[in-house]
Amino acid sequence: MSDLTKRTAAELAASMEAGEVTSEQVTRAFVDRIAAVDDKIHAFLHVDAEGALATARRVDADRAAGKDLAPLAGVPIAIKDIVVTKGLPTTAGSKMLESWIPPYDATIVERIRAAGMPILGKTNCDEFAMGSSTEYSAYGNTFNPWDLERIPGGSGGGSSAAVAARMAPLAIGTDTGGSIRQPGAVTGTVGAKPTYGANSRYGLIAFSSSLDTPGPVTRTMLDAAMLHEVICGHDPRDSTSIPQPVPPVVEAARQGLSGDLSGMRLGIIKEFAEEKGAEPGVVAAFEAGVEALAKLGATIEEVSCPHFTYALPAYYLISPSECSSNLARYDSVRYGLRVGDDGQHSLEEVMSATREAGFGPEVKRRIILGTYALSAGYVDQFYGQAQKVRTLITRDFEAAYSKVDALVSPTTPFVAFKFGSRTADPYQMYLADLFTIPSNLSGGPAISVPSGLSDGLPAGFQVMAPTMRDDVAYRVCAALESTQEPRLSDMIPDVV
Amino acid sequence: MAAISRDEVAHLAHLARLDVTEDELDRFARQLEVILQAVQRVNEVAADDIPPTSHAVPLTNVYRADEPVPSLPRADALAGAPDVEQDRFRVPRILGEEE
Amino acid sequence: MSTATLPSYEDATTRYEVVIGLETHVELGTRTKMFCGCSTVFGAEPNTQVCPVCLGLPGSLPVANGAAIEATIRIGLALNCGIAKWCRFARKNYFYPDMPKNFQTSQYDEPLCEDGYVDVDVDGETVRIPIERVHLEEDTGKSLHVGGTGRIQGSSESLVDYNRAGIPLVEIVTRPIVGAGAMAPEVARAYVTELREIVRSLGVSDVRMEQGSLRCDVNTSLNLPGAEWGTRTETKNVNSLRSVERAARSEIPRQASLLDAGERIVQETRHFHEDTGDTTPGRSKETATDYRYFPEPDLAPMAPDPQWVADLKAALPELPRQRRKRLQAQWGLSDHDMASVLNADAVDLIEATIAAGASSESARKWWMGELSRHANDQDLDLAQVPITPAQVAQLQGLIDAGTLNDKLARQVIEGVLAGEGDPEKVANARGLAVVSDTGALTKAVDDAIAANPDVADKVRGGKVAAAGALVGAVMKATKGQADAKTVRELIVQKLS
Ligand SMILES: [Mg+2]
Ligand SMILES: [Zn+2]
Repeated sequence: MSDLTKRTAAELAASMEAGEVTSEQVTRAFVDRIAAVDDKIHAFLHVDAEGALATARRVDADRAAGKDLAPLAGVPIAIKDIVVTKGLPTTAGSKMLESWIPPYDATIVERIRAAGMPILGKTNCDEFAMGSSTEYSAYGNTFNPWDLERIPGGSGGGSSAAVAARMAPLAIGTDTGGSIRQPGAVTGTVGAKPTYGANSRYGLIAFSSSLDTPGPVTRTMLDAAMLHEVICGHDPRDSTSIPQPVPPVVEAARQGLSGDLSGMRLGIIKEFAEEKGAEPGVVAAFEAGVEALAKLGATIEEVSCPHFTYALPAYYLISPSECSSNLARYDSVRYGLRVGDDGQHSLEEVMSATREAGFGPEVKRRIILGTYALSAGYVDQFYGQAQKVRTLITRDFEAAYSKVDALVSPTTPFVAFKFGSRTADPYQMYLADLFTIPSNLSGGPAISVPSGLSDGLPAGFQVMAPTMRDDVAYRVCAALESTQEPRLSDMIPDVV
Repeated sequence: MAAISRDEVAHLAHLARLDVTEDELDRFARQLEVILQAVQRVNEVAADDIPPTSHAVPLTNVYRADEPVPSLPRADALAGAPDVEQDRFRVPRILGEEE
Repeated sequence: MSTATLPSYEDATTRYEVVIGLETHVELGTRTKMFCGCSTVFGAEPNTQVCPVCLGLPGSLPVANGAAIEATIRIGLALNCGIAKWCRFARKNYFYPDMPKNFQTSQYDEPLCEDGYVDVDVDGETVRIPIERVHLEEDTGKSLHVGGTGRIQGSSESLVDYNRAGIPLVEIVTRPIVGAGAMAPEVARAYVTELREIVRSLGVSDVRMEQGSLRCDVNTSLNLPGAEWGTRTETKNVNSLRSVERAARSEIPRQASLLDAGERIVQETRHFHEDTGDTTPGRSKETATDYRYFPEPDLAPMAPDPQWVADLKAALPELPRQRRKRLQAQWGLSDHDMASVLNADAVDLIEATIAAGASSESARKWWMGELSRHANDQDLDLAQVPITPAQVAQLQGLIDAGTLNDKLARQVIEGVLAGEGDPEKVANARGLAVVSDTGALTKAVDDAIAANPDVADKVRGGKVAAAGALVGAVMKATKGQADAKTVRELIVQKLS
């Protein structure tokens, strides 16, 4: 049964449906794989083998009883530890929430449970999703299965590494500036950021409210599309969730996999092409991907998005501003850490000591930056101006989409880097998100699919599409995946 | 030119209730200087007549009906608290007064 | 503290101009909180009306209560404000333990309602109070301070209950009120009184100052005639209408004494003490908190439909001041009499009594006379006196029908107040009725004449005034149940 972990989620679902294998067997295979491999990868912060197996047995019983089941029923999943799970520890990668057990489920977790998907556990991430390498997790590094000396990307390094190392067929990530797509790119897996508002943020521990988006982390495009249809859809508990039907992404992925992109107009962003910071191997993999798509019938043209070069600075004003406010609630009063309450100190002192002890360096840096960007005298030139740039970036997208159906770019300028190589200079780390951030600012969907290797390490190919046209991105990415034989995600070295 | 002094970082840290160390003050001041230099590029863009975007999705009037839903059981509400007394969240003495 | 001598109030207001401003917070009477579905019922066990949203748990998101927005717009319309075409909630960032997220969801530069006025009557003159804004925000929790005196100062710890956290709060801010001179404190009181009446008439809050559902801050500054406005202080903790007036009245001479001594006024928060009528200094606002307001990304902007707003405006009830003017005219009262009725809080009771069939004179007579005395003696609000307007009207009906006289009626009231039932039932049970049976009465008159021959002679001799003694004797014999006027007529008739 050990080869069960090599199957895709779609294949596992089909096997279960056909009665060839049970969810319990599948779930057991992944639980065993975690036990065998995670010592080396450290993708999980918490494993709930019992809970996952209990769900699996329930689904098996339901299937035996002939009940109607969701398409992914019985397929296990791992969840980034920034998504709230009732009764399961949820730390956000922070000491601040080390012992917190949430009394409620995130909406997407409710949907995952309702779909009958066993939850294997919670995956490592940069603290409060702030980072691009998972090195800022308070619970230690996660290691890239391609090279254990390298980062798995971030902030959702745990989810992508878990999927890459076949410890889970599916995982949930969250993407604020690239935290699903960039880990996908550097681990040779798929990372999809849905349209902002296409799914619910309720129960997603907030980093930057106007940017955060949960989404699928998988090995294939079809798996991503199937998971997308489980978690997306309007939620009345999230005021920014869009009351519209989910675009037919599974259908779009199947269409893309058929290898026909005739009539599809793709845009290459001039300003990104001119970016000097991208590694040659990454650029080469991207260009190969473009060529492959052109062979499938897509037309390629260059479009100009002049304000995209301001996306990174705008993002590093908007997201710290929102985070400085979102993280104010960690104050030692209602939940989480409290230090220094020895009867001698006032609440103010205990609060400041707790926040000093509970937050790591990147979180503190961003809180201070955001506090600065919002403070009287600076708010107009920093936060306010960044929001105007945000408008201009959205207008750039709109102008581009009047000419093309989707935009393509490398996902991230560089392949997985070595631990510690970018922590000394925070801005060097921020550059990892150069190409992913514009979609967060505008809200449109964007997916990273593996496109090739650069010096033996995977590079990601990003497809961006207009708001609520997630189907377009799925179709293009699936088409690219269909040109790979074998699929890049099947070439991931086995760490055992 | 954005410049950020050590004192300013200390003030911001106080506003954010972070009891930062002397070392951190130095380090953050240095790092924020670099970051601010980079991010202030947003001011290169002429955007006087451009409306700011605060929300990615242009929804308006998203309201809830005024109908009660069950609250958390009190035990669940208090379960995560560092300290509980008389079914309330206990905190050390408060120095400042309410805003 | 200054040792400058305190000028008299008259002296201070002769030499200085007074500027007053009022900030009033009204807790709305919605069934649920502002951003979650928790109940708002007053007096529940601590922390039983809390959920992930109003506890500020990680991951939770707010959804605005439509009824609270409607109520706020109605208040704005009643205060003659313009209603915003588009506006947002904003986060007001500061740390305080009874505020679960350490920001208050409020409104900043885009209030729902703006630029209105309210007319109030002070000493027969109409004063127009300019309203700057009406906006919507959320209330905080409540802290119990343990140790010391029970106040926050000197306490050893505090215990927080979040049941009130998140209750919708409407903030109503006046523009500076100038030119009221020595009358400023009375104007302030009249304004808060009128505001309370207006809000109550809209049925959106119970506006009980003693329960904190209406709270008031009084801003006061002085300046020399012709000079710029002075520095203002903000007096908090003003928990009754009377205190609004007293707070301003005590602050004016205090500021005058400082200005007389050439000192400057410190911009600060001051606390009003009901017991002494004084204010004491609180937090200085010179090191003003930087609230770092920014638009709330978790809530969609509000764009009230103009037609809906017009409909709300058309459906506003008659406002209290119009109603008072109408009733005063209908009841034919002088300004002075109307003022007494208002002071006694008797308008609604009198109106209901009239609606139940009594004349306006009789309704007013009972409520302002006998029943007000009872309320005073028992230390009750008039409305708490255990008799209904319908019962008062029934009582008056019995008088009009000749069944009761005033004296008997007072005994019937005693019975009603003692819980013996409706006036008719009390009258029957106690055997209280005017003796109208002429036979019995004639016999009593004959007996009285026979028993007092001297008096009878005097009457026969033309000294009609002497008949009083005979009337008294008849009344005594009938235990007061005869109608004195009828008795007198019978006696005069017999002796003429
Ligand atoms: Mg307020
Ligand atoms: Zn609640």
